[in-house]
This record gives sequence, C-alpha cells and structure tokens, in this order.
Amino acid sequence: MNLVWTIAKRELGGYFTSPVAYVFLVIFLLLAGFFTFTAGAFFERGEAGLAAFFAWHPWLYLILVPAVGMRLWSEERRAGTIELLLTMPVTTAQAIIGKFLASWLFLALALALTFPVIITANVLGDPDNGVIFTGYVGSLLLAGAYLAISCMTSAMTRNQVVAFILSVVVCLFLILVGFNPVTDLMVRWASPAFIDTVAAFSVMTHFDGFQKGVIDSRDLLFFLSVIGFALFATGAIIRGHRAG
Amino acid sequence: MIRIDNLVKTFGPKRAVDGVSFSVERGEVLGFLGPNGAGKSTTMRMITGFYPPSAGKVTVGGHDVTESPLEAKRLIGYLPENAASYPDMTVRGFLEFCAEMRGMDAPARKKALARVVERCFLESVLDQSIDTLSKGYKHRTCLAQALIHDPEVLVLDEPTDGLDPNQKHEVRNLIRELGKTKAVVFSTHILEEVDAACSRAIIIDRGRIVANGTPGELRALSDVAGAVTLHAQGASEEKLATLGRVEKLNGSFRVYPADKTASAELTRAIVALADHEGWKLDALRTEEGHLDEVFRRITLPDTVKRNG
Repeated sequence: MNLVWTIAKRELGGYFTSPVAYVFLVIFLLLAGFFTFTAGAFFERGEAGLAAFFAWHPWLYLILVPAVGMRLWSEERRAGTIELLLTMPVTTAQAIIGKFLASWLFLALALALTFPVIITANVLGDPDNGVIFTGYVGSLLLAGAYLAISCMTSAMTRNQVVAFILSVVVCLFLILVGFNPVTDLMVRWASPAFIDTVAAFSVMTHFDGFQKGVIDSRDLLFFLSVIGFALFATGAIIRGHRAG
Repeated sequence: MIRIDNLVKTFGPKRAVDGVSFSVERGEVLGFLGPNGAGKSTTMRMITGFYPPSAGKVTVGGHDVTESPLEAKRLIGYLPENAASYPDMTVRGFLEFCAEMRGMDAPARKKALARVVERCFLESVLDQSIDTLSKGYKHRTCLAQALIHDPEVLVLDEPTDGLDPNQKHEVRNLIRELGKTKAVVFSTHILEEVDAACSRAIIIDRGRIVANGTPGELRALSDVAGAVTLHAQGASEEKLATLGRVEKLNGSFRVYPADKTASAELTRAIVALADHEGWKLDALRTEEGHLDEVFRRITLPDTVKRNG
C-alpha cells in the first residue's frame, strides 16, 4: 500500500511540475462553465438544481479524461522508464493502481474546483443538496471509468495520440449505446429487450440515477466493474508485452 | 548470487536468447560481451525480472525471479539500457522516489542519497530537472538509482555508453570497486573495458554463449597468442623458419610456435639463434593475443568468415 502511494505521489507531482495540469484545469473549468450556463441554459430553466451542469459531463469527459490518461503507460513505454519501474520491488498491480489513483485524484481536484456552481445554485434558489452530492459521486465514478479505459488504451501503445483516439472511441461507444437519440433509431429494427440489454452497458443509463439523487447499487457496481475490468486488462496488456 | 540455468527467450519465431547458463558469485565482475542484438539486454532483462523467461530459470540470492520476484528484485540494482529516468523530475526528487520505492524511511533515504550523490558526482546538479542534464549526468543519475539501496547484485546494461573518456574511467573504477563486495554483471561492446574492470567475461552471439573465461584466457584464444615478435638487424627469415612458422611484418618477424604454451622456450631459442648468427636484437616481445581479434573471429557470421 505504501508503494502504491509512493507511485501515486510521483505521478501527481508529474502533473504539477509541467504546465499540463494548469492548462487542463483552466480548460475544464471554462468548458464546464460554458456548457452549464450557456449551452445548458442554467438561468433560463427556472429550477434550483445542477441538472444543466451534470448532463454535460459524459461529453465533457469524453475529450478531457483521455487527455489526462493517455500518457500514463504510453509515456513510460516510450521513455523506457517502465523497465525501471517494474524492476523495482513492486507488483504490476501496485504500479497500475498507483498511477490510476494519481490521475483519478487529479480529476477529483478538477471536479472539486467546480464548487462555485453549487454556491450559485444555493444563493439563487433552494436546491436539494443531496441530489447535488449524488451527482458529484456519479460524475467522479464516470470520470474513473473513462480514466481506467484510457489507462488500458495507454498501455497498448507507445504513442500518446493513438492512446487518446482509441480511448475516445471506446468511451464514445459506451455513451452512444445508451444515448436516447441512438436508442430511438434502434427501435425501428431491434427488439426492446435487445435495446435494453445493450443500453445496460452504457454509462448514460447508469449516470442517470446519480443525477436524480439515487445511488443504486447496480449503477455503483457498473462503474466499479468497468474500472476493475479496464485495470485488469491493463495488467494483462503490460504482461503481454513483456512475455513477447 | 546470480545463477542462470538454460535460459531461453523467444520473440515470435526468433530465439533472442537460446540456452544461456552461467553464474556470478559475490566479489566477481562479469563482463557480458557481444555484438549488437546478440541477446545481452534480453538476458539482463530476464535477470532483473522485467521479461519472464520462455524457458529456463534465473535465481538471484537463492530466490527464483519468476516465483518470488519481489524478494529477488530487492537484492538487485539495475541500470537499464539508455539509462531511462523521469525527465520532469529533479535529480533529488528522482533519487528520493527510488529510495522510497526500495522501502527506506526518511533518515535512511537521506543517508543513501548523500552516499550515491558523492559516489556518482551529482552534487552540482542535485536540484536540476533531469531533462536539462547532459547525457553523462543523466547516465550517472540512473547509475545512482541502481546503487541507492546498496544492493548485493548489480546488473548494469552498458554503464559507460555515452560517457566521455574521463567519465568512462571513473565508472570502470567504480565497477571494479563495487565488484569487491557485490556480484556485478555488466554488458558492453567496448573490449578494453573487459581488461579494465572484469574478473571474468562471457561472449554471447546470436543468443548463445560462445566463449567464457578470464580476460587472459579469452586473449589466449587469439591466433597470435604465444607468438614471439622480434626486430633485429641481420635477421633472416630462413633461419627463423627452423623454429616455427614465420610471418614477415614491415621490418620485423613474428614466429609462431607449434605449441602456444611454449613461447618461453621459443624466446630462449630466438635469443640463442641471434647470438649464434650475430644479429643485433632491437626488440623482442611475446604476444598475449588481442581480444578484438578473438571477438571478431567468434562472433562474425560463418559466411563472412569463409569468404575471408
């Protein structure tokens, strides 16, 4: 556990010694603000809640989370430091979890910095802060799921750009199978049972509950199993490279 | 400390390492020689547990690297090829991180840091970020990382690559010094390093060990080993030919004895002959053999050897 924290600390430090972290935070907050207040028509809705804020998160994260996760393993492989890291007395699992946690903490920080939107809602009206809390929990889990997928695609290649694109494609797929305009199209030829089964794999379906103030154990399990599976796959991919 | 048994590594159809066995004890410095792509780095990556072997076994300090990797890795200090390190960290930050990964607490880290910084001459760049360093400093930073936990086994992949002649000299001295108390394996393709630092050398070619011995033993495999070269006024090739095969070099002669180990007798015979014939001997030298010749002869592909 100590080693996981040592690795996470180094990784987090890495974000802040380069301008990447600050650029990311600024862009994230600008985009989150834009989507909420302009595209999401926060003020015109006439309701005290953060629905306009959370609804955009699956799309916002689609681009920004792979940007955080793309370097995790591809950079280690490109620079050859993966050899250094994995010949130290750590297991591959510890290294993967350490690096994942560092990035997830970073995303949590970015999310925490959106706190003015909570203040705004509370000043202007009387929102249900329980719903806001579950919204944040869901949003963090959503970011974790995307991040784990980016971690996996990052292990596949030495090239960060390739890792980014692969990750966006996988995450987009996880959005679209449960995105209403897409499922509405599928109704024409697929049976409702089929659509429901496919939509069960979508982050949209499972993020919905959190936005409504419900923490359903199935939704929780979905996000945690996506994270678990993607990190497990990361381990298999890294072992695969070394086995030759 | 290191025991390697019939080690094999295949990448697809290619056998990068093909049945390599050797062992290194404490107090030994093993030089690992071979042309590029001979399997040196692959072997070292298997010793350090980065690559799992396709077949065979590696034990370090009695721990099987595949079965109990953490115990084995704790004993090893490793300098990977190209001395990779995290470019955005400072030298201090990087070494602190490596020490922490080795499970050292804060006071132990401080002591270890001071020790390796002195050993690797890093004081002046301690708070510089690694990507601003010259190649020599980067290399020494990574070497310092390998030494930080004072390991019993050192695996160094081309430790002098990219260093200037003075730094090469320093690193060789360091390796020799460390070799007194540790088991050291280092790879190189610079032959003079074998003489400068090794107690034993292995030459590997296309994944197989083709020679194994002390630097002296390897040199003795050379064609010229045991021959006597002389420069003398009035010397004649015909007279010398009675003592052995003679080769004419510009101005001097080289006599090959029938038996390589009989060079002392040959020397005495030449001196006696010169005395008898009234030649004036200017120089007389017994050839020890050349490592580069041995290296070339045993690592060149067969086709090149046949065609001269």
